[in-house]
Amino acid sequence: MTSATERSRPARPARPATGAGAPRGVAGHGAWFLVLPALVPILVLSVGPLLYGILLAFTDAQSGRTAPTRWTGVLNFSDLLRDTLFWESFRIGLLWAVTVTALQFLLALGLALLLDQDLRLRRTARALAIVPWAMPEVVVGVMWRLVYNPDAGILNETLHDLGLGDGRDWLSGLATALPAVIVVGVWAGMPQTTVTLLAGLQNTPPELHEAAAVDGAGAWRRFRAVTWPALRPIALAITALDFIWNFNSFALVYVLTNGGPGGRTRLPMLFAYEEAFRYGQFGYAAAMGCVMVAVVSVFLALFLVGRIRGGDGG
Amino acid sequence: MRTRPAARVAQYTALLAYLVFLLLPFLWLLSVAFKPPRELGSLHPTWIPKDPTLANFRQAFDEQPLLHAAFTSLLAASSAAVIAVALATPMAYVMARRRTRLARAASGWVVVSQAFPFVLVIIPLFLVLKKLRLIDSVPGLVTVYVVWSLPFALWMLVGHVRTVPVELEEAAAIDGAGRLRTLVSVTAPLLAPGIVATALFAFVTAWNEFFFALVLLKTPEKQTLPVVLTHFIGAEGAADLGPLAAAAFLATLPSLAVFALIQRRITGGRLAGAVKS
Repeated sequence: MTSATERSRPARPARPATGAGAPRGVAGHGAWFLVLPALVPILVLSVGPLLYGILLAFTDAQSGRTAPTRWTGVLNFSDLLRDTLFWESFRIGLLWAVTVTALQFLLALGLALLLDQDLRLRRTARALAIVPWAMPEVVVGVMWRLVYNPDAGILNETLHDLGLGDGRDWLSGLATALPAVIVVGVWAGMPQTTVTLLAGLQNTPPELHEAAAVDGAGAWRRFRAVTWPALRPIALAITALDFIWNFNSFALVYVLTNGGPGGRTRLPMLFAYEEAFRYGQFGYAAAMGCVMVAVVSVFLALFLVGRIRGGDGG
Repeated sequence: MRTRPAARVAQYTALLAYLVFLLLPFLWLLSVAFKPPRELGSLHPTWIPKDPTLANFRQAFDEQPLLHAAFTSLLAASSAAVIAVALATPMAYVMARRRTRLARAASGWVVVSQAFPFVLVIIPLFLVLKKLRLIDSVPGLVTVYVVWSLPFALWMLVGHVRTVPVELEEAAAIDGAGRLRTLVSVTAPLLAPGIVATALFAFVTAWNEFFFALVLLKTPEKQTLPVVLTHFIGAEGAADLGPLAAAAFLATLPSLAVFALIQRRITGGRLAGAVKS
């Protein structure tokens, strides 16, 4: 290889500026030129606004005000600390994110293990199972409103047919609204988790399974000893991402309940959205965003630490 | 392999249960979309419409500017997808081929960007776009979509570039092809399917997006399909459920079509590979 390169070099057309010291591949000194088109929008419209947003949290910025915005120090944060409505919303957000993520993971793991088996029609099943992923979140919300509809909905009708009572108004009931919304969250996020875990399962060498089976290990032992160690890093990664996505979710609940009844499903994103774009309290809403980032960062840190450890453990 | 028949039956039953959970709500949406108002008002709704009708679709188009909104969505989503992929492909190439500090920082940013709470980004973006007079305009929305889809476009494209063997590029260089020539004649054709898949995925993501469109587009005539759909919701009587379902079903068709097209390529393999390496 090296000798071939040496030999061919003199025959190459002269490209003095870029030729000689180029490393592997085509991306040589022109790398910056290739990177800039994506890097500039990222810096200007993503990193920049993020920093600007953090600064806004320390101001009294409001929408449509003529007076100049002033620095207010940590006033927004101390207000936030006393804002019981926000902390209630935060509690609901954590409850929602943890429950949805856990259920998503368990159900998706089951489905992924099934799809990894040598079953007939598993390709068709896999294709059908990702349908929820393709649907717009607003449509998912609309669809489940039709399922939950107290009069024309199929859920109450099915319960009635099974003799389980007359059903109820799921999305307006104080006790049922959050569980009903969580079911939709699990439904909507399951395909992505399943497909990721399935890819992880298909990366585990089948010989290991067979060797364990020959040694007399049952299904559970094989899962614990062979499947799980190989799957763990991916499971950790997708769970961390699921948690982040769920904690930041907005459209589903906006369409299903818009935070009602009585704030029982008001996720932090809905709260912050109303604060910013209904009441125009940009500074205060930015402070909420900062608190949300802080929580999510903790989970992201766990994700990265686990990722490194998973890599060491094999 | 050696699975007992009883276990097989249990496996098929479980798989069937999953598919019922995942597909029945969608079938119910279809059922409602084709039911006449009289049936929708009935106290005991049925799965299969007794008297299927297209009236709901007609009414949906009459009541709301659906076609116009669909066109806005199409315009915004396709521009965003094309621009995002055009910007991301060169950078993804560099990230895949060179392990520089920049490439590593970019990979880190791809992960971090997943954790952005949209609210912390949308408020400053809203203020910036307002200064640029891009609020309530499709170009403004496209700008946001491009930036928002860059991380996963990079993520997907880096994976696709890695599947193109670097030896092929080296062979082309040995044969005397310049860099540009190598990229155009060797790398691009092999990378094309991956680029198309990434663009289609970015298209669906933008087509389905709701939050940014809700915040940035205020004039009804400029709103995208998901935002217009939410106008159907609200004080809905039984008679309005049909058109709502019909419109929701139509809004899903493009996404389903694209997913059907690229479904083989939609895997968690990217994430799996990223975690493994």
